[in-house]
Amino acid sequence: MTLPFYPSIIMKLTIQPPTIMLPEMGNSSIRMPLFSHKVAAGFPSPADDYIEGWLNLNEYLVPHQEATFFVRAKGNSMVGAGIFDGNLLVVDKSLIPSSGNIVIAVIDSELTVKRLLKDNGKIVLKAENARFKDIELKEGQELKVWGVVTATVRKFI
Amino acid sequence: MGSGDRHSEKVYLGAIMPLALVDCNNFYVSCERVFNPKLEGVPVVVLSNNDGCVVSRSSEVKALGLKMAEPWFKIEKLAKQHGIIALSSNYALYGDLSARVMSILSKFTTRQEIYSIDECFLDLDGFDSQSLMDYGQTIRKTINRNVGIPVCVGIAGTKTLAKLANYCAKKQLAGEHSVCDFGQLDKMQISELFSGIRAVEVWGVGPRISQKLLAMGIKTVEDLRTANPDKIRNQFSIVLERTIRELNGIPCIELEDAETARQQIMVSRSFGSSVTALEDLIESVAYFATRAAENLRQDGSVAASVCVYVRTNPFKETEQQYQQSKVVPLIQPTDDTMKLVGAALQGLKAIYRSGFYYKKSGVLLLGLQAKKTLQATLFDDPAKLAKSARLMSAMDAINQKMGAGSLTLAASGIQHRWAMRRENKSPNYTTNWDELPVVK
Repeated sequence: MTLPFYPSIIMKLTIQPPTIMLPEMGNSSIRMPLFSHKVAAGFPSPADDYIEGWLNLNEYLVPHQEATFFVRAKGNSMVGAGIFDGNLLVVDKSLIPSSGNIVIAVIDSELTVKRLLKDNGKIVLKAENARFKDIELKEGQELKVWGVVTATVRKFI
Repeated sequence: MGSGDRHSEKVYLGAIMPLALVDCNNFYVSCERVFNPKLEGVPVVVLSNNDGCVVSRSSEVKALGLKMAEPWFKIEKLAKQHGIIALSSNYALYGDLSARVMSILSKFTTRQEIYSIDECFLDLDGFDSQSLMDYGQTIRKTINRNVGIPVCVGIAGTKTLAKLANYCAKKQLAGEHSVCDFGQLDKMQISELFSGIRAVEVWGVGPRISQKLLAMGIKTVEDLRTANPDKIRNQFSIVLERTIRELNGIPCIELEDAETARQQIMVSRSFGSSVTALEDLIESVAYFATRAAENLRQDGSVAASVCVYVRTNPFKETEQQYQQSKVVPLIQPTDDTMKLVGAALQGLKAIYRSGFYYKKSGVLLLGLQAKKTLQATLFDDPAKLAKSARLMSAMDAINQKMGAGSLTLAASGIQHRWAMRRENKSPNYTTNWDELPVVK
């Protein structure tokens, strides 16, 4: 590759050129229109007035951007909840976990995904697979919930 | 003392226009702990680039008396003895978590100054002075829950005092649950508190100044606060005089809004092992210039000149030493990777000398200004400019999608023989699809 040559001394311009505002260029976000149609030259579509907005998958899956993390599920302990080996989980740390939520919890210094059940002060982390035992918290043992699983993303192709 | 007096004492120490300094506790270690619960409660350090020295210590390590910036080879044995876990730095992770923390904090105020990767000032003007402790707690709990990073909050009327309040919160000298508001203390309490803190802990008072202060009998923060400002200005500088005024609740240092774009962009790194050949240096310099150009475009700025520098390893006293830098001005300020890389390499070729073992190189972009206000010159070809802009945004899009460095100029190389040593780096948990945290 040949490199462009730059003189190390700048030519001094005695007359300052007028300030020209350049337009901003580039926009990296991709948005899907709610509906789209081909535009016939010169004739505006009557549907234009009805476009309400664009659907954004990020907004749909990630309402709390700063508090949302993606994690990868491993194993089959949650197949009953539709979480399969290798699935992507969307985890929102800002939500306060309530009974019935699928959560990421810290058990034995490891992150684990289970369903949280609270009943009369008893806390159980339940697997959604009969082959796995429930994890019951003992008296005085503190439950550490890392985040609440709000969605799973599974791609087919 | 009547209640009216007490009130005015509080106002005196700066509850008129309160601001908060929010500081993340041992930030890099805390980032690592978010994704690795095994690191909780055990001594952890994070090492600098090339695993050179300690840049972040957990509280357990601080308790062992290990100092910041200690070279790793000097403490490796001690670390093993105490079972200290040493991690290489993972700046992709820290950068991501920092952006999350700062974004959440921005919602607590109308004005925010991001002071560093792990601390920022928040303007709390207009808030009820009696509820600031509660507000600080809300800030602390929100960051801790939403991101998982522990923070301390210092609240006071000036930046210097807010920094000091944060120090008091961190050291549990005042306030409670990691939040300290100097507005809650009366003059007596402040005076007692400040008498117990060494002057060197004050923002802007380094070890050198504190030595000189000590010789004048100024040992504590209270000594400094009550020192004669005129005398201090004469003996030191107007900067230290300003510090004294700030300690007395008189704001002298303005809050700088986040919108202020960076004045310069620097990308530099030490090499994993020394290199001697110009080809290897070309690769590294081209790579650094490419990264710097990306940052430049992110800011929406253009650079007027490029500075490139190289140096040998100053710690290897047996080796011949050499360091040199060169500023290469550009005909027209630009954000075009090819032009910036070209200029950087032109500079590199001018300063390269054979026969040295190079340990570090870097690229610095100078004379930054907003692209929007760029002045058009006689040399401009609008068609060329538009083409360059399209090419650059395509390059950024690909690198964002496929991972940094997927698409680079051929000059920046593929092998990266000079790449830095990071023997114990955690995965890029938040920035790479293939390295997400795994849950069972």
